Amino acid sequence: MNIIVCIKQVPKTAQVKIDSRTNTLIRQGVESIINPFDTYALEEGVRLRERHGGKVTVISMGPPQAETALREAISLGADEAILLTDRAFAGADTWATAYTLSRAIMRLATYDLIICGRQTFDGDTGQVGPELAEMLGIPFVAYVSAIEEIRDRYLRVRRMVEEGYEVIETGLPALITVTKEINQPRLPSLRGIMKSKSAPVPAWGAKELDVDPSRVGLNGSATQVIRIFFPERTHQAEIITGSPEEQADRLVAKLREARLI
Amino acid sequence: MNEKGEPVIDLEKCTRCRLCIKACPVGAIEIYFTPEEQKILDELSAKERAKPEAAPEKPAEAHLAKLGEYRGVWVFVEHAEGRPAEVSWELLGVGAGLARARGVELAAVVIGDNVEHLAREAFAYGAHKVYLVDAPVYHYYRTEPYYRTLCYLAEKYKPEIILVGATGLGRDLAGAVATRLETGLTADCTGLAIDERGFLLQTRPAFGGNIMATILTERTRPQMATVRPHVMPMPEKDASRSGIIIREEAPVREEEIAVKVLEIIPDTRLDTVDVAAADIIVAGGRGLGSAENFRILEELASELGGVVACSRAAVEAGWMPLERQVGQTGKTVRPKIYFAVGISGAIQHLVGMQDAETIIAINRDPHAPIFEVATYGIVGDLFEVVPAITAYIRKRRAEKAAGSK
Repeated sequence: MNIIVCIKQVPKTAQVKIDSRTNTLIRQGVESIINPFDTYALEEGVRLRERHGGKVTVISMGPPQAETALREAISLGADEAILLTDRAFAGADTWATAYTLSRAIMRLATYDLIICGRQTFDGDTGQVGPELAEMLGIPFVAYVSAIEEIRDRYLRVRRMVEEGYEVIETGLPALITVTKEINQPRLPSLRGIMKSKSAPVPAWGAKELDVDPSRVGLNGSATQVIRIFFPERTHQAEIITGSPEEQADRLVAKLREARLI
Repeated sequence: MNEKGEPVIDLEKCTRCRLCIKACPVGAIEIYFTPEEQKILDELSAKERAKPEAAPEKPAEAHLAKLGEYRGVWVFVEHAEGRPAEVSWELLGVGAGLARARGVELAAVVIGDNVEHLAREAFAYGAHKVYLVDAPVYHYYRTEPYYRTLCYLAEKYKPEIILVGATGLGRDLAGAVATRLETGLTADCTGLAIDERGFLLQTRPAFGGNIMATILTERTRPQMATVRPHVMPMPEKDASRSGIIIREEAPVREEEIAVKVLEIIPDTRLDTVDVAAADIIVAGGRGLGSAENFRILEELASELGGVVACSRAAVEAGWMPLERQVGQTGKTVRPKIYFAVGISGAIQHLVGMQDAETIIAINRDPHAPIFEVATYGIVGDLFEVVPAITAYIRKRRAEKAAGSK
């Protein structure tokens, strides 16, 4: 069973401070981590390999620093890691990201299953998974919470839907995105950590991937950011004062006045 | 240079060309960014470059004419075996405004098995036209038959805008459709408008809501966007309205679909309370201190006929289930009354509840950001104030009941 896991390196917190004077982002050294949703994808890949043999290849598109995330993935059980990095890839929207990932996957030898996290922690779109499956022309199942059966060219999974679960079967190769219900990711093993230090992490750029330059990075993005601005919050609450009883009294009076209760 | 004579790079001016490293004769300059800095710099430089590019790269006349072949605003009607998702009607509400601004028709796309009743509902919520594809192959949602059908319709009728709910199903569908149509898709829009060229301005929060970004799909059509449930207000329903139904044969056959749904298992553990649908929400955060303390919120909520929700901090502490979480990674709500109790008001929480009609913030810290979005603020100890409000409402009720006898 050859499994590909796609991961993204994200800042540990989505909290970004703004300098209200200059209206710029305050850049602080925030620790980078593997997107938490992707750790479940990785764990599931490693578990499948432990049961069925084969190998787990992790790929990530990002700046050169994303190599750290890939080495961490190796310490968590991945066999191989590939970094997709190039100035030309910068500024990619989800479409251009999925295109770049698809070109890398096409370069790899055969695969049976591609696993992605349900969404990233920072961008939060959940779009790259379905877009990648569509580019590769393989079946796609989102929000998988359990793999019930997997064998040669066959996959049966449980997927979360709004009102419960669906049991779904499909052929392989396929792409699934997984939720955190699927497993409990392990901690890195000592052997894994040793391996992650010496393992080669090849970096593939636009040349290696032989990509159409008009389809990667900012150029390949169908969406363009035309303006960024800071949400305005100039409003001030009407402060209700007094003892707790008086505050309660005054608040209820105001709500009644406004015919809210 | 700093006082030690070491070179210092002015980050505001640095374009990261790194020529300075090569140029320095003594090799004194090195540039190092933390991954986080790198990421933000990449985004900023991408945005920076986007700006000048947008101007000289104005689509040529021929290209504009080609984009002009695409007309009309479409809303995808999401449903589960015929039961509509309310976000579909909310999208018809915002879609109506866009269609008016463009002087084009508003159409709903209904794909399903035995779903003609949804077409009538779509008219009631403002659609002028419904594209209806009704066949057993669509009984359960599966990506492939749905996206192929939506692509087929879009290629045939060429809408300029397609709106889809940012639900599990909608994200899955919209991602696949945008890929196949090779067009842009903007997730989780909170604002949609039309610019002077007739293009769709898609505004969405970025960096967890710290920044708003307005995004344009400049070169391709249709322009696709997803919007979360309850971000847009529900339009008025008028059952007397009707429109044209355009029926299409299903362009996919069951034999062609690799994915099969074998079984649907309703989750009995699932919380039956839908916070997103409630008119009155009493939400608690870190300030509650324990799971047991949510009882005082339960009491206030039950007195008001509302439900209890929470911030991310309360979920992470294990006090409340994820289904009750309001905010960026939880639900978006727009109730009539929202009590924010012991919630400081991180931006991720605010983006999920700031559209509530009346917000009452109860917090010990007078500088908590929650007071910036609140209608009424109470600075005080929630353990005294909340029971006092509950007791007061209870007392008024009792008096009223006694008085009316």
